[in-house]
Amino acid sequence: MIHSLYLKVFGVGLQDTFVYRWNFVLRSLFGIAPLFATVLVWKAVCEANGAVLDYSFATMVFYFVGVLIVENLASPTEDEWRIAAEIRDGHISALLLKPINYLLYRLTLFVSYRFLYTLLTLPVLGLILWLLREHLRWPTHPSTWLLFLLAVTGSALMQFLLAYSLAMLAFWFLEVSTLIFFLYSFEYFLSGHVFPLDLLPKTVQSVLQWAPFPYELYFPVQVLLERLSTSELLRGFSMQILWIFLMATLAHLLWKHGVRRYQAFGG
Amino acid sequence: MSRYLKVYAILLRNSLIRDMSFKANFLLWSVVEVLWFLGQALFVEVLFSHIDYIGDWNKWQVVALIGTHQVIAQLFQAVCYMNVTQLPELVRTGKLDVLLTLPIDPQFAVSTKQFGLDNLLNTGIGLAFVGYALHQLSIIPSPIQWGAYSACILLGASIHYSILFSLSTLCFWIIRAQGLVYGYFNLFNIGRYPDSVYTGAFRFVFSWIIPVILVANIPARILTQPSKAPSDILASLAALSFAAFVSLLGTRLLWKTALKRYASASS
Repeated sequence: MIHSLYLKVFGVGLQDTFVYRWNFVLRSLFGIAPLFATVLVWKAVCEANGAVLDYSFATMVFYFVGVLIVENLASPTEDEWRIAAEIRDGHISALLLKPINYLLYRLTLFVSYRFLYTLLTLPVLGLILWLLREHLRWPTHPSTWLLFLLAVTGSALMQFLLAYSLAMLAFWFLEVSTLIFFLYSFEYFLSGHVFPLDLLPKTVQSVLQWAPFPYELYFPVQVLLERLSTSELLRGFSMQILWIFLMATLAHLLWKHGVRRYQAFGG
Repeated sequence: MSRYLKVYAILLRNSLIRDMSFKANFLLWSVVEVLWFLGQALFVEVLFSHIDYIGDWNKWQVVALIGTHQVIAQLFQAVCYMNVTQLPELVRTGKLDVLLTLPIDPQFAVSTKQFGLDNLLNTGIGLAFVGYALHQLSIIPSPIQWGAYSACILLGASIHYSILFSLSTLCFWIIRAQGLVYGYFNLFNIGRYPDSVYTGAFRFVFSWIIPVILVANIPARILTQPSKAPSDILASLAALSFAAFVSLLGTRLLWKTALKRYASASS
């Protein structure tokens, strides 16, 4: 019964997202240009200096392809804006009256968005992989794929819960986009989107490892590159679980207090 | 012409009043943009802690490059960004009708409605970075270099405008074109890096078809290479003028073609 309810939500999510199909394809096509710019920068760097730390040019290329794959699978694109808009415009009133858990409802929609986005942009990813085929070093151990899947799942849950919690602020503030961008400006650089985090000085890394950001992109990509020891893997997964727990608690508390304040503007 | 200046003065005044009535939001936005820029500076710092040169660019020349990119991008964004990104929404809802009936050029009306004071603040930060980089390089540019640099800033800003406006104009053909705005940021990601990393077809396309590489690289080279002969400066200035002229002309033609097929949405 419960299963079929969320399965329905999943289906609705698919239909809803399908409207944006051209948006997705365009967005991923435009994404090719900066990816190639990054690749060319590292090519120039590696040609002049051999390798940076122990990143060869090929490893660096695969790092950024890995970032792209994890982002496609695990980074929310519209969820936080839609949740915030639903609260602001009073649309959640309808959902409050239904026997449905809002967080699970949103999580199901998130999963269906990511599923469809990944599927629709698969041709573009295929094109990128084909263009860079000479430089890609796929994992040698089959078990790496399983660990990667786990790390991506952890990353997706973290990123979703963070986006959800941020959107909950719409209960208190009329305008949340500035706050969302404020956090994302940290996330963008500290999650490993722009460069691999082990290029940072050791002292910075030792502080950063307690933040959630490295476990959103950098960690799953390192798993895929097979650059982590068993103890580093255990540490990474433990941090993911810890942050998922903390963020889920935060999300729950924000929702509980937010709904109490909720006055259904326009609803 | 004087009528346009008068109209613009009124629009400017309205924007300032609006910004000052949401002071907290204005301040937070400024901080967000500063953070994004500092993130890029961090990338340069990290990169040059491992290498000395990218092509023929040293660290402080690259700092001057990203500073210059910031100056141009923020100057353009102060004047036009918010307005141009709203075009798809104006077309989708039919609100464009009102602007078309005004006794003023519709492209001007669409592009200039709101001024971003926070962007102007960030232009200053970009300039400060350029100044500090010149100090580190022990370069005092000649008046000719400064004159050419200022001209390049304006030409560069008009190329920014052409690209964003053309992308937005595509919304007359594709409804729900929000994804196109990401294209603007993706394209100009390329322009932040030193031109010497780019080779072959990639370099040709993004220098002469979509001239994003020229925009910041030409002025940064004019300023940070003291040995430049006046004839070299003139040649690069001519190249950038040509690129800006063709971009603006192309944008105007696209806009005229788009308006012809506009049939309003509501009413």
